[in-house]
Amino acid sequence: MTDLTLTVNGKRVTRDVPGETLLSELLRETLRLTGTHVGCDTSQCGACAVHMDGKVVKACTMLAHQAAGTEITTIEGLANGELHPMQKAFNDNHGLQCGFCTPGMIMAGVDMVQRYKAEGKTLDEAAIRHELEGNLCRCTGYHNIVKSIQQAATEM
Amino acid sequence: MYPVKYHRATSVDEAKAAFTSASEARFLAGGQTLLPTMKQHLAAPSDLIDLRGIPDLAGISADGDGVRVGAMTTHAEVAQSAEVKEAIPVLAHMASTIGDSAVRHLGTMGGSLANNDVAADYPAAVLGLNATVVTDRREIAAEDYFQGLFATALEEGEMIVAVRYPRPERAGYAKQTNPASRYPMVGVLVAKTGGGVRVAVTGTGQDGVFRHQGLEQALSSDWSQGAVDGVEIGEEGLMNDIHASADYRAHLIRVMAKRAVAAS
Repeated sequence: MTDLTLTVNGKRVTRDVPGETLLSELLRETLRLTGTHVGCDTSQCGACAVHMDGKVVKACTMLAHQAAGTEITTIEGLANGELHPMQKAFNDNHGLQCGFCTPGMIMAGVDMVQRYKAEGKTLDEAAIRHELEGNLCRCTGYHNIVKSIQQAATEM
Repeated sequence: MYPVKYHRATSVDEAKAAFTSASEARFLAGGQTLLPTMKQHLAAPSDLIDLRGIPDLAGISADGDGVRVGAMTTHAEVAQSAEVKEAIPVLAHMASTIGDSAVRHLGTMGGSLANNDVAADYPAAVLGLNATVVTDRREIAAEDYFQGLFATALEEGEMIVAVRYPRPERAGYAKQTNPASRYPMVGVLVAKTGGGVRVAVTGTGQDGVFRHQGLEQALSSDWSQGAVDGVEIGEEGLMNDIHASADYRAHLIRVMAKRAVAAS
């Protein structure tokens, strides 16, 4: 067991966790932030996507200790009094059905909008579909997810 | 995952000392392959030594000869690097196609090359562009570095520090990915370099990445898609599995070589 200190959704936390603890396990089981989902647990589906220092990563394919000293944002940390524009867009456009993949979709969506803005590139429909290659949804057929991200991109 | 002791190294020397004092240590780069392997119990190191915090392994620098990429540089950093885009655009393009955006934020060039998965992209860049793998103890030519599936010239405890890529005259890369795993089934990098034309094929050789002499000869005399048509591309040495037959892979080598020439 080793002490680990990091910032999760703006709060500094220190926990004593074994070396093999995954970031997804720390978030869900130790910190009880169960909005980060574990779907495939093999880095394919993206349900566990969170942001580390502002960049999307898969929490099931990272050790918690690799995140020491970083700022982690989970789906619980996105809303600031009111829903984040990406959350609102998923609501407006019915961008989910069962909802299991949604936290990961939203975290990936926020990342791609920010990344394209920073690089001065246009995030059009084709780009969104390509950028979603690391996030699987088994219900929607993606159409409304793409619409949601398109809407949020204009509001963020 | 089996219990493992985690260390965070802040210097190459510290990492080497931690490696030596552990019973069965592995260096940890981005972990995008090693951690899934450990979750499946296919690897069970006693200690993991995280290299991402070592300043000497970070960063990209370019000069007239080429580009030096620190081993812990992520795929996303390579893809976005202005230096790489200017000097070796094919390398930036390749990096932008590895895995997905989340994987690219963590996966590193050094980690990928140390693992030498047959279906990795970077081996084609190292071999095709005639790069040099710089380690903590020597420099290894691309030709000598790759030694079969998951096998490299790295010795026990040897650490990749950086990779030096000479600037090619022109180069292109194209791949056909497996629709489920997104790993290349066939990836072909073609390059016109100071030392001649080089063609490296990844994803499909039974012994990992390899150069294709026939394609190199044809493209040396005529750098065109048409030149690829006349080349005999055999099935021997190619993988034959549920993902693709050797016959289909041979066909894909031709198609990808043409696309790579078109992209160069």
